Amino acid sequence: MSTLARVLIVDDEPHIRRLLKTTLARASYDIVEAETAREALERLSETKPDVVLLDLGLPDRDGLELVPIIKKQTTATLLVVSARDATDQKVAALDLGADDYVTKPFDSEELLARVRTALRHRMHVQGAQSSIVAGDVEIDLVNRRVLKGGNDVHLTPKEFGIVAELAKFPGRVITHQQLLSAVWPNDYERHIEYLRVVIRNIRQKIETDVSRPAIIVNELGIGYRLRGNES
Amino acid sequence: MASENRPDPDALLRAAAQEGRGRLKVFLGAAPGVGKTWEMLSDGSQRKRAGVDVVVGIVETHGRTETEALTQGHEIVPRRKIDYQGRQLTEMDIDAVLERRPQLVLVDELAHTNAPESRHPKRYQDVEELLDAGIDVYSTINIQHIESLNDIVASFTHVRVRETVPDRILENAEIEVVDIPPDELIERLKQGKVYVPHEATRALTHFFSKSNLSALRELALRRAAQAVDAQMLDYVRQHALAGNWAGGDRVVVAVSELPGADRLVRAGKRLADALHAPWTVVHVETPRDRLFDEEDRKRLADALNLANQLGGMVASVPAASVVGGLKSYAQEVRATQLIVGKSARSRWFEFRHGSVVDRLVRESSEIAIHVLPVGSDALRKTHSQTRSSWSWGTRSAYGSTLLMVATVTVAASALFHILNLGNVALLYLLPVMVSSSLFGLRPGLFAGILSSLAYNFFFLPPTGTLSVNNPENVISIVVLLGVAFVTSQFASRVRDQAELAGSSARQNAALAGFLRQLTATGNDEELMQVICAEIARLFGVRTALLVPSIDGPLLRAATPPENSLDAIEMAAAQWAMDKNQPTGRGSDTLTASDWLFYPMRTASKVVAVIGLARDDGGDPIRSDQIPLLMSLLDQAALVLERMQLEDEMRDIAQLKERDRLRAALLSSVSHDLRTPLTSILGVAQELRTVASPAMVETLEGEAQRLNRFVANLLDMARVEAGVIKLKLEPVDLTDAVASAVHDTRKSLAGHDIILNVPPNFPLVRVDVQLFHHCLINLLDNAGRYADPGSPITVMAERNMGELVLSILDEGPGLPPGRERDVFETFIRIEGSDRSKGGTGLGLAIVKGFAEAMGLSVDAANRGDPRGARFNIRFPEALLVREPDQEQIE
Repeated sequence: MSTLARVLIVDDEPHIRRLLKTTLARASYDIVEAETAREALERLSETKPDVVLLDLGLPDRDGLELVPIIKKQTTATLLVVSARDATDQKVAALDLGADDYVTKPFDSEELLARVRTALRHRMHVQGAQSSIVAGDVEIDLVNRRVLKGGNDVHLTPKEFGIVAELAKFPGRVITHQQLLSAVWPNDYERHIEYLRVVIRNIRQKIETDVSRPAIIVNELGIGYRLRGNES
Repeated sequence: MASENRPDPDALLRAAAQEGRGRLKVFLGAAPGVGKTWEMLSDGSQRKRAGVDVVVGIVETHGRTETEALTQGHEIVPRRKIDYQGRQLTEMDIDAVLERRPQLVLVDELAHTNAPESRHPKRYQDVEELLDAGIDVYSTINIQHIESLNDIVASFTHVRVRETVPDRILENAEIEVVDIPPDELIERLKQGKVYVPHEATRALTHFFSKSNLSALRELALRRAAQAVDAQMLDYVRQHALAGNWAGGDRVVVAVSELPGADRLVRAGKRLADALHAPWTVVHVETPRDRLFDEEDRKRLADALNLANQLGGMVASVPAASVVGGLKSYAQEVRATQLIVGKSARSRWFEFRHGSVVDRLVRESSEIAIHVLPVGSDALRKTHSQTRSSWSWGTRSAYGSTLLMVATVTVAASALFHILNLGNVALLYLLPVMVSSSLFGLRPGLFAGILSSLAYNFFFLPPTGTLSVNNPENVISIVVLLGVAFVTSQFASRVRDQAELAGSSARQNAALAGFLRQLTATGNDEELMQVICAEIARLFGVRTALLVPSIDGPLLRAATPPENSLDAIEMAAAQWAMDKNQPTGRGSDTLTASDWLFYPMRTASKVVAVIGLARDDGGDPIRSDQIPLLMSLLDQAALVLERMQLEDEMRDIAQLKERDRLRAALLSSVSHDLRTPLTSILGVAQELRTVASPAMVETLEGEAQRLNRFVANLLDMARVEAGVIKLKLEPVDLTDAVASAVHDTRKSLAGHDIILNVPPNFPLVRVDVQLFHHCLINLLDNAGRYADPGSPITVMAERNMGELVLSILDEGPGLPPGRERDVFETFIRIEGSDRSKGGTGLGLAIVKGFAEAMGLSVDAANRGDPRGARFNIRFPEALLVREPDQEQIE
């Protein structure tokens, strides 16, 4: 990494901020802090961070409202860090434009991995990856092919659609809604069972142990994540 | 205006009432023989082929082979046999159909009248019950059986059918017209393909004439079009589409006691339907009403009840004359259409009293007046308005008159020397005027005759005889009689006016007094008592008030007090509540009941029913009292509803406040407990690099455990507070299990996890979060009690009608006999080592969450190897049918 990536931490709890700071400093990121929503927006325009870690429970404003504002003002990658365990809050944040989420209490290793993934997506944002490797599976987005152990895997159009959608942002969670509207754009109802069945079919074709999915992993009540080798 | 596009609440309510109710489809034909039954059966077969569970409730094939053949493919519910006066009758067995619970039942001949002692007198009532039970019904009907069209059909076919079906039955039904051209139908008739009841053969040739059939056919098509119209209108109102439908019209129908009032009511309903306008049936109460006989009253009551049944409003207006009362009422309610009947009265009657219709037309220019002929019954006696003054009077009236005339005669003889003959005649006017104004015409005339006789005998020369010499004196006699006649007329009119004002004042006083009493009450208990007491006092009846509840009608008040009502009364009350119509003695339904139940309704619902009964077992209410009773009940219903709403609002506000506090508390506790935990855990992880690894591990492990306890504590609080909101969606068990295993990997460290969930099992419909918590707790529990290093198995199996997900451990297992107890809050079973390290909350949470989602849980000991087995059972209903590959792609 040529320049030090900058991370903005928005949280009203000093302990949590200190913890995040220690964890991130270990991976040598440049850290900026904010305690309130107002302060966060000020720091945002002053310091132009690459990644924002946003707590949803802020004293002066609901963090959810901040999500679209931050996405509009900057190109920073936005990770929601929240103690709220209600999935609909996370889904709302993601659908509003947040790039990923981490639930408190978090595993510091996992947090660092998410920040790394986020930064990688930022670098790839201009020229998207044409090929993703996950375990012994290779997904070739240009030629619309999927290989497992070097052999062609036959996928139906919908199956490939889902794989491609996940492969655009390997390591990042894609919500059910995002997947459904990308692959079934004309269905007005949320046919989540279609999605489940298609995912199950894909797994049978590419996963080594279907009962322990390692490539397409489920995010409880939120969506799916493609775990590539780099993520 | 902002409110213009708001959905009409009534339309929404109607739609809501439809939900969960079966749907009715009616095959409407113009005449017998068009093939309604055939059409219904073949439609039914089609649905059956499409996988719908269809049975035949009752179908009359009348021996037609084509129809017979069509019934072959259907399951037919056996008919119920009824022995009635030695004859064997068969009817549809409604209980058998309800028990069989098909999705769709075919019921022929909607207008059929059931055999005596059936549950409902009419088959359409059976059908309503089936619909209420959520069963779809297909049925058939001929156009002349529709209540509001009955008259029209009879007017040109001269065949009147008695079996009619109220229009409201068809209002929400899908209507399919079964139509064949008249020529074809006549041809079929000639070939003997049309079944006609034996007794109708005489009328047949006329009924099946081509012109009749064409007219009937047009009527059927128009009725179907109207149904589509009404459904469309409902749709528009529900969705508040800015459409233009006729607005501002209001139909008023004036009825009297004359035969044919029911025709006016039906005409009103048709006009109101066509204009989509509200309608009212009004009866103008004139002094003449006192002379009604029982038959008149019954006819009037029937007309008012019919209006009620057809969905119209009912009003009764006291007034001195029909025209005056009608005019002022029409102005008051801003009527635009007025329907009146023109009776076939004699010219003489009209000459004397003027035609109501003519005067109405002359005096009200703003209103469209529809005049329909009524009272064609030529033999009907025509009451004169003055009949009251023709009354015979009592014996004492004649006695008094005689006395007065005698007194005048004595006085006049005494004073004769100072009076001339003309003044004596004037004196005789006195008894005539007094008698006729006090006692009426006949005693007045009696006085006149008596006076003239006395005058003639005692005073007119030649005295002592009854002969008259001078023609002038004839005039005196005529004048005496004339005065008697005129005076009695005026006097009786004045008396009538006074009585009318009195009756009107009494009604108003009753209403006002009633309202005052109602509004003075403080709670609904008291209010219901007052309603009962007041109605009982005003009508001289026993009363009982029942309100709807989940367990059926609930007796809340009665005058005199009653503890309970018989089963049949309760059934009648229930019926009145459900069907929103008078039920019991003197009504059409459940007439065996001693009580008559009236629904007390507001615009939105029936808030209660009131029962009336007479000690002597007679009809509880006279027809002329119905309008007053209706107004009283309307008022009472409004007050009752307002009070109930206030109570509900208070309850809701309290509940909301409590829920809000609870939710706020939970989320703040959640936040406050987790924030320090997050720090502790994070710091522990950071410490790994500097402190002794063992100490750090302890710190981290304990913090993890604390975190899990906190999560369980919060979950339990949610279960017990009942604030869990389910979000059910199809979930792949593979995903659910994999996530749970991933999240418990730390507490399961050291155990092999064997996953045996076949990937082709159906998806299950659960709340992902709650289900995740269930699995985590079960896995956690297994990890805690399994022997170190032993494997933990997660497996899924399909049993009969269910899917079972099991978590198996190898270890000491559960103490025998205590398998059920493990799910109780805070029970950590002693006697084994199943007491280590838990709060005892985990399994209670599993049970609470599972049951909230409709799953069941149980636990058992394994045989070999030893250990415990926990099962989560998914009933068939929660399994999601696999979508077709085609649908997905």
